[in-house]
Amino acid sequence: MKAPPFAYLRATSLDDAFRLWSAAGPEAKLLAGGQSLIATLAFRLSEPSALIDISRVPELGGITEAGGAIRIGALVTHAQLGASELVRRHVPLLAEAVPLIAHAAVRNRGTFGGSLAFADPAAELPACCVALDATVIARTRSGERRIPAAQFFTGLYTTALAADELIAAVELPQARPGERSTIIELARRSGDYAMAGIAVRAKIAGSTLVEPNVVFFGVGDRPISAGRAASALAGKPAAPATVAEAQAALGGDLDPPADQHGTPEMKLHLARVLLARALDRLIGHAGARAA
Amino acid sequence: MSTTLDIAMTVNGERIARRVEARQHLIDFLRLDLGLMGSHAGCEHGLCGACTVRVDGRIVRGCLVLAAALDGATVETIEGVSDTGEIRDLQNAFIARNACQCGYCTPGMLLTAADLLASKAEPTREEIREHLSGNYCRCTGYHAIVDAVEAVARQRNGKAQP
Amino acid sequence: MNEIIDPRSIDRPNSYIGKSVPRPNAKKLVEGRGQYVDDVVLPRMVHVAFVRSPHAHARIANIDAAAALKLPGVLRVFTGQDLAEHCEPWVAVLAHLKGMKSAPQHPLPPERATWVGEAVAAVVAESRAAAEDAVAKVDIAYEPLPAAVDMETALAPGAAVIHADLGDNLCFERVNESGKVDEAFAAAHRIVEATFHTARHTGLTLEPRSILADYNRASGKLTAYHSTQAPHMMQGVFAKHMGLPEGDVRVICTDVGGSYGIKVHVYPDEVAVAVIARIMGRPVKFIADRLESFATDIHARDHRIKGRMAVDAEGRITAVDVDDLTGIGPYSVYPRTSAVEGNQVVNLIGGPYDFANFRAKTTVVFQNKTPTCQYRAVGHPIATAVTEGLVDLAAEVLGLDPVEIRRRNLMRDGTYPRTSPAGMKFEGLSHEASLAKLLAMIDYPALRAEQARLRANDIHRGIGFASFIELTNPSPFMYGVGGARISAQDGCTVRIDPDGSVVAATGVTEQGQGTEAIIRQIVAEGVGVPIEQVRVITGDTLTTPYGGGTWACRGAGIGGEAALQAGIAVKQAVLKVAGAMLQASSDALDLVNGEIVDKASGQSRMPLVELSRIVYFRGDTLPPDLPRELMQTRHFITKQYPFAFTNGVQACWLEVDVDTGMVKLLKHWCVEDCGRVINPLLVDEQVRGGIVQGIGGALYEHCLYSPEGQLMIGSMADYLVPMAAEMPDIEVGHVETPTKESLLGAKGAGEAGTAGAPAAIMNAINDALKPFNAKVFAQPFTPERILAALGKVPSRWPVASSVALPLRTADASAAPALVTAPKAAAGTVREPGLFGRMFGRSRA
Repeated sequence: MKAPPFAYLRATSLDDAFRLWSAAGPEAKLLAGGQSLIATLAFRLSEPSALIDISRVPELGGITEAGGAIRIGALVTHAQLGASELVRRHVPLLAEAVPLIAHAAVRNRGTFGGSLAFADPAAELPACCVALDATVIARTRSGERRIPAAQFFTGLYTTALAADELIAAVELPQARPGERSTIIELARRSGDYAMAGIAVRAKIAGSTLVEPNVVFFGVGDRPISAGRAASALAGKPAAPATVAEAQAALGGDLDPPADQHGTPEMKLHLARVLLARALDRLIGHAGARAA
Repeated sequence: MSTTLDIAMTVNGERIARRVEARQHLIDFLRLDLGLMGSHAGCEHGLCGACTVRVDGRIVRGCLVLAAALDGATVETIEGVSDTGEIRDLQNAFIARNACQCGYCTPGMLLTAADLLASKAEPTREEIREHLSGNYCRCTGYHAIVDAVEAVARQRNGKAQP
Repeated sequence: MNEIIDPRSIDRPNSYIGKSVPRPNAKKLVEGRGQYVDDVVLPRMVHVAFVRSPHAHARIANIDAAAALKLPGVLRVFTGQDLAEHCEPWVAVLAHLKGMKSAPQHPLPPERATWVGEAVAAVVAESRAAAEDAVAKVDIAYEPLPAAVDMETALAPGAAVIHADLGDNLCFERVNESGKVDEAFAAAHRIVEATFHTARHTGLTLEPRSILADYNRASGKLTAYHSTQAPHMMQGVFAKHMGLPEGDVRVICTDVGGSYGIKVHVYPDEVAVAVIARIMGRPVKFIADRLESFATDIHARDHRIKGRMAVDAEGRITAVDVDDLTGIGPYSVYPRTSAVEGNQVVNLIGGPYDFANFRAKTTVVFQNKTPTCQYRAVGHPIATAVTEGLVDLAAEVLGLDPVEIRRRNLMRDGTYPRTSPAGMKFEGLSHEASLAKLLAMIDYPALRAEQARLRANDIHRGIGFASFIELTNPSPFMYGVGGARISAQDGCTVRIDPDGSVVAATGVTEQGQGTEAIIRQIVAEGVGVPIEQVRVITGDTLTTPYGGGTWACRGAGIGGEAALQAGIAVKQAVLKVAGAMLQASSDALDLVNGEIVDKASGQSRMPLVELSRIVYFRGDTLPPDLPRELMQTRHFITKQYPFAFTNGVQACWLEVDVDTGMVKLLKHWCVEDCGRVINPLLVDEQVRGGIVQGIGGALYEHCLYSPEGQLMIGSMADYLVPMAAEMPDIEVGHVETPTKESLLGAKGAGEAGTAGAPAAIMNAINDALKPFNAKVFAQPFTPERILAALGKVPSRWPVASSVALPLRTADASAAPALVTAPKAAAGTVREPGLFGRMFGRSRA
């Protein structure tokens, strides 16, 4: 399983990256951590003419706090994400997600931006970004575009990025007071892509969920916002009847495809179980705090 | 655009320079160009962990990293850490506990275990299992590996064997 | 000399048998200094990559290599027809499996591709990468043919016949019957029945199949560095089919990165490499990549078994009746054949139990999928799952505890030798002692109490048991009588060198089990030297005695006994010389720890190194007629029993999440009687590793196919093998009933874990699910199958067939037929149909 031949060009700055990319032409691909790209090349699923290595572009790194948001550079690795105090404090959902992503050796090279750009529908970080109302900062040679995460993922392994655009960073709002979040996934083995997963964020007032964001992964062609379930939950105490109503509403939110793990019905069933468990976690936390 | 390029890196403390094919992953580079056969290619798509090596001090999947991308990097393989004696205690424990059977996964398993112990002085058996779970072993059933890593952690903390 | 292996002697100096001695070859492995085939580099070496069929069945109309040959670094492209004239095809049948048939198989098929992934052309290039570049450019015109994919319909009227010359897709059929089965069922108190499925899975050695073949035209010799379990067998195969004298073929087996039965077979692409090396007259290397491994390493255990068991009012088993169907791919695999697994199933079902009426039928059919053959614990996990599943069902309808029904039915200790209803001859087993020991290890009442307590909190744990037997140390009755050149005997040569060190060359091989370690222990004890002085040579047909290699757990039982006898012979030769030198009777002397000692007093008389110095450099000082043969060879073959049998019992404690169908393994236990334990450290890890491979089959591993015969495993993310996080701690205990066939008494320990684990897991899951009246009998027990059994999601599989429960009115034929393979491709979230994309570079 050897990759097909290609050229390799290393960018030293963002300008350099765009210059190399446009010179290399449309058959070139960007290389960041390479944890998905190199594997797909080994399978010869694509045959790029060149890889533009952007992993040393200084403008694309770093985790910073600015204007009530946390900005995470595209090249921040999963390991850096998991180790960041800023992330832990202000975007705890991401910190919770990191240990679920593959294994340590992959987390050491895989990047935040790479995960979003690859857009695997069963991946954790895209779902977290949607749940967190993140904004993807996309760059072209000439400018910058801000894309809400909910509009960024457009289908199976596809995104809203234009052919000449790259992800520079992601901006995430800091958790508000009283806000809680959690991510749960069902994977056959630790580190596997999930059979089904959920990322939830909401403000908790007593046992009431305010403005919940409920996002599923591994049950569609992209992260799926469960709007109907969220509406069923919003503003109500999370009593069993409310949870059941939200679970029922998932039938309108999700239309999962079959895969090797199960039928659409199986995936929908798992999503319902996950929703109840995620709410248990959120309200359980809230309850503990109230006590 | 050329499909080859010149790179230089430090491998196991030695500075080397080679012309490589851009498509060559680190494991093929180590094996074919440098003759370092201790790192094994088990799946070549990043899942089995047999190719685990250290780049700039952190463990990586050698099959998911291009040699070309590592110009200027520091790479350590099982041969290197054996020569320095850095993981001698882990290696001895793997032998004593029969935590290595066919040996194909062992170099990657050892580097992953060393990575765990570097960040966590006394991991539980569950934490050991979790950290090693990206490294397949088809022979041992893992129990002996967990025993060996657990024993070394205790030993390094100056505790007696259980 | 029997005292040498008397366990009471374990603590005397120089006693190694029975001790946990580390492996001598482990140090190089932990330092990355082993040598696997891919680590061997020869001058002028070239590399092969194969063009593989994207079709389950197709005629190869044309192969156009022109574009491939233009690529840089590409040297040659070979087709099936190119190689056919250099290699005789083989037909994998065994004469003693009556009526068995198969078709001639070539290194590359000259006319038809018969499974997805079958090699149809070989590209030779200066590097593997260049060869793969060229594979993409070989243009093959296929004419797709109707395929027989589903084993359930392979014999149906109108099914596509894969080999017209064979008339149909039937490979082998056998009914093994004794007693009066129908009468016993008619008279039964209760009858239980179920339909079991064991999933087609594969061994997944972490080191892929590997061969480096070098043909030297000047010497006329073929040397193959080969990752194999059976170097002498491969030597014979290369010689016979390539028309070379056997003596001109040398097979060298350096370190092997896992085998588990996968590497004991003849693979057509590996033979192709040897043939290409001969044609090109230079070294040719082939290392299978992971995709090739999935599509071409043998698969195994693709069985559907309908089983019934009759019991009387006292809870005694009165009869067992099973009907086994297995699909083996388009060819029986050479030379062991693919009928042996089904044959083992009908030999092993019901094995641990004392009952009289037995009928088991196996039907072995051809189909257009990857060939299947012997993988670790051949047939045992299947037979054990069926037997133990039926036993638990019987316990349930009788209201008996699973332990109690086993107590009532297991063959009694002390009643051996005896013959099972299936005709297996048992020399001596210990089912009762093993069960007693297991119960002492697990604290059964505490587990049951915990189970009851947690059920009240909606936490569902289960405990499952599985008694088992394991067939080891095969005699020629396994293969030799059928005409296969597979050696049941093995040999060992032991010599003392001038410095007093000892070298042992053995025909059994090392693939990580610790063969070299136990041979070293045995030889050190047999000769009477410190273990550090012993070196072991394995895996080279030129330098080791002819033998069968390591499979069927024969390394210790056969190879070990040969080593012991050769060691003792060398000791006797030493003592003869010592007697002459010391003017003493050699019977009054002994060799202990490298010293010639006075046997009675233990007093040292002379170091061995002094004796060897005299023998090698000052032979003139010895009496002229004195034999001084410090090198001895002994061969061993079992004589009284066709096979040795080991036995044991496993228990599994697990938790089922009834909302998600996920199974969490909490603890696993195994008590095993492998006869004499030579090295507990190694035996325990053999058992544990075997259990985890059994767990793989039970919970994870499945070679999924589409109804069209496309293999749906695109990567290691699709084919799940057990990893550390999900595996439990495993406790191992031993009962020792040595075989009397040998002085050593070892029976073998490599496969017992795999034999029993799936059954124990199945019974534990069904125990956990008892409050829901849900059961699973189709492996792997995936979350989906468990949820389907619980009625929470629809079923894509034949779970309905598993609920045929208690009464005699139940009709096995009413069970629904096997539903076609799950449509993993349809709308899948993950990358679909990778194989078609990988192999599908054709114009068809």
